[in-house]
Amino acid sequence: MAILQRVKLQTLSIPLLSLLIAFIFGSLLIAMQGSNPLFAYQVLFTKAFGSIEGIATTLAKATPLILSGLAVAICLRAGLFNIGAQGQLISGALASAWAGYSFVGLPFLIHIPLALLFGAFFGSFVALVAGLLKAYRGVHEVITTIMLNSIVIALADYLASTPFKEPDQPITRTPKIEESARIPDLFGLPFGFFIAIAISVVFWWLMRRTTTGFRIETIGRNRNAGWYAGISVKRVIISSMLLGGATAGIAGAVETLSITGRFEPAFNAGLGFDGITVALLARANPLGVIPAAILIGGMRGAASTMQFRAGVAPEIVDLLLALILFFVTAPILLRLLKRKEEGISLSSGWSN
Amino acid sequence: MTNLLEVENLSKRFGSVQANHEISLTVKPGEIVALLGENGAGKSTLVKAVIGLVKPDSGVIRVKGEELPYGDTAEAIARGIGMVHQHFQLVPVMSVTENLVLGDEPTKFGFIQMQKAKRETAELSKRYGLAIDPDAIIEDLPVGMAQRVEILKALRRDVSLLILDEPTAVLTPQETDELLEVLRNLAKKGVGILFITHKLREVMALADRVVVLRNGKLAGSTTPKESSESQLAQLMVGREVVLHVEKGPGNPTGAALEVRELEVLDDRKLEAVKGLSLQVNAGEILGIAGVEGNGQRELVEAICGMRNRRKGTVRIAGKEVPNLKPHEVHAAGVSHIPEDRERHGLVASYSIADNLVLNRFDQEPFAKGWIRNLDAVASNGEELVERYDIRTPSASAPASSLSGGNKQKTVVARELSQDLPVVVASQPTRGVDVGSIEFIHKQLISARDRGAAVLLVSAELDEILSLSDRVAVLYGGKIVATFDSKFANRDEIGRLMAGSQGAHS
Ligand SMILES: Nc1ncnc2c1ncn2[C@@H]1O[C@H](COP(=O)(O)OP(=O)(O)OP(=O)(O)O)[C@@H](O)[C@H]1O
Ligand SMILES: [Mg+2]
Repeated sequence: MAILQRVKLQTLSIPLLSLLIAFIFGSLLIAMQGSNPLFAYQVLFTKAFGSIEGIATTLAKATPLILSGLAVAICLRAGLFNIGAQGQLISGALASAWAGYSFVGLPFLIHIPLALLFGAFFGSFVALVAGLLKAYRGVHEVITTIMLNSIVIALADYLASTPFKEPDQPITRTPKIEESARIPDLFGLPFGFFIAIAISVVFWWLMRRTTTGFRIETIGRNRNAGWYAGISVKRVIISSMLLGGATAGIAGAVETLSITGRFEPAFNAGLGFDGITVALLARANPLGVIPAAILIGGMRGAASTMQFRAGVAPEIVDLLLALILFFVTAPILLRLLKRKEEGISLSSGWSN
Repeated sequence: MTNLLEVENLSKRFGSVQANHEISLTVKPGEIVALLGENGAGKSTLVKAVIGLVKPDSGVIRVKGEELPYGDTAEAIARGIGMVHQHFQLVPVMSVTENLVLGDEPTKFGFIQMQKAKRETAELSKRYGLAIDPDAIIEDLPVGMAQRVEILKALRRDVSLLILDEPTAVLTPQETDELLEVLRNLAKKGVGILFITHKLREVMALADRVVVLRNGKLAGSTTPKESSESQLAQLMVGREVVLHVEKGPGNPTGAALEVRELEVLDDRKLEAVKGLSLQVNAGEILGIAGVEGNGQRELVEAICGMRNRRKGTVRIAGKEVPNLKPHEVHAAGVSHIPEDRERHGLVASYSIADNLVLNRFDQEPFAKGWIRNLDAVASNGEELVERYDIRTPSASAPASSLSGGNKQKTVVARELSQDLPVVVASQPTRGVDVGSIEFIHKQLISARDRGAAVLLVSAELDEILSLSDRVAVLYGGKIVATFDSKFANRDEIGRLMAGSQGAHS
């Protein structure tokens, strides 16, 4: 039991320590701009978490990040590094927008799930390409998902600027979705937030209690032993990519259906990439993704306030996130924290 | 003479496990000290503390009279300590030379001087009489060669104390003899040697002094002259150990595993098994004797679905099975204790309980349809930990926290607890202490006695001779002779293993 407790403690301590060090580094940079770092952080966190409206904004920002974080996390559990959440998310966002404005006259109880399904389907379709290439041709998923990101982004730009374009408008964007496809708010919070939480819980349960989760986890931890025990490596690669892609697609769909109301290329920039930070900060734990996304969503949401109240460039938030990502992944912290012989390496072990 | 190494009252605790408790030990220059103890007795922990990989809780370590700081590997190496680890620490995709210089490359203007490094490697290998190809890639080398690279890597920095953690566990008898010779020569040159092993024969042949640990404490210290193998075994385990398990006569019934005209290619696409036929009856143990590299690995893998057969048939319980995947062979009734437990046998970061159901996690009672039954997994884990004497505080501890021998017991427990009609055991006691060897041997015999057909492959001829009902000698991918073990003659089998024609057949 002592061993287990220590593992638990360690999984918490690395993200927390990463945050701490990132914020210390960040404060130096803020100080170099001539501002007071403590004041800047105070503004950032009061804005994000200090009021009901602030928290509502934060949770709204966190919603797509929970989902894109899950999309990366589920693949990490299978030993796959899904850099393609961005492309899958955009594919889902565009597909759901199309479903949102093309079907007219549906009741919302049908229209919303239908549009979400479109998002999930097209998100997973993009991921499937990478999954198939990995499973059958051994092409590394990092390469294919990065390339697919470029392809999807360019394709979405084209579609939104020509065939799916809102008529008689100079801007590259699709028409507005029908009211019946709009995801309503619940208690002043976007309903999508609750969808995201529910999906996190489902993933947590899937990984913990089902044979599918065990298959994914086993392949992620020791591919040879998994193969030997009768788990199809190909099937795990493809199914975890499909799950990840669908989740990223839903992230895009939820964003379209509850926040942006249409597809416009600039709207979704970076949501999928922040998902990587979220997943790594959560150490690929489906429930850990929730606080990680809330933290990062809060920082994103409050960045501009920090700029005009504390005079700090909003890019500092990008920098903080990059530093967090760096420290979570760098084995430096592991070495500081633990002696070498007990160390688990990030590339092989994702404990929950 | 002053002591090269002095360890005084060293203690180390991992969670609830007291791995080392007030252990003291010395090594003099030129002295060969064997460190013995059961799996999990704390041997690796102790030597890791000396080299700085484990930080002791208390105690003093002195090298040549000077105290060594805790947990400082670089300092330990600088003071002349070299270590060969229980598990290989080589980079598989790099060459021998690259591995040797890794971390201390000869450079000029910041560039690595590969030619110089290669010359150095060649010199080193000549100086210690350990022949090796400097350009060979590690993953292409047989384990014995990889082991040499490990040793050369340790010797490269003029060590005065060489620590070896189970260096012979994966070596063939021939390779072992060569290694022992190398160690003797090193000792003559004044190098102090501290080596860990489970093979009592090596201890008797090599050591000047024997130190025995039990449950993390010093159990005693003696010399080979003053003691015998069975006394050492008793000191390690704390009770009398049967070094050669008694077994009643077998009761063979019909053939349970039949292999006909089998042809299998090895990784380099060369024919490794060349038209081999054998039969194992229910209720008997057939031992395969042979020098490693004569096709035993490919034979086992072809039977167990890990390698495709080019030709030939395999019948299990009378039913012909095609080329299958490992789990399909398992489903057809074959338990397999794989040779490489780290690679195929276990998922290190999983709990012991999960590892104990690794090949039936999706079957009743461990899963109902899609849902895993974690209670059943946990209670199965507790039961097998108890029944197979796996030393761990809890079945929910990760397998990586187990000592080497207890990992092996975990695999054995999983495979033998399923009561399948055929058991294929490949090096089942590799790296396992005498007490556990006795235990695993008893398990294999009781599998036989309940009517299983057991195919035993081992590099240890003693193991083959003491367990088998029949012995088949494998040479060059073929069975060259089969003996009833009552009539098996050790010398003749040795000759056949080396390739000379036998009189029997
Ligand atoms: N990193 C660790 N975390 C927790 N427990 C550990 C760790 N390393 C070793 N142990 C425990 O400490 C005890 C001693 O282990 P050690 O590896 O020193 O045994 P050993 O004598 O080398 O055994 P073997 O012959 O099987 O290699 C064992 O009970 C083991 O489970
Ligand atoms: Mg050990």
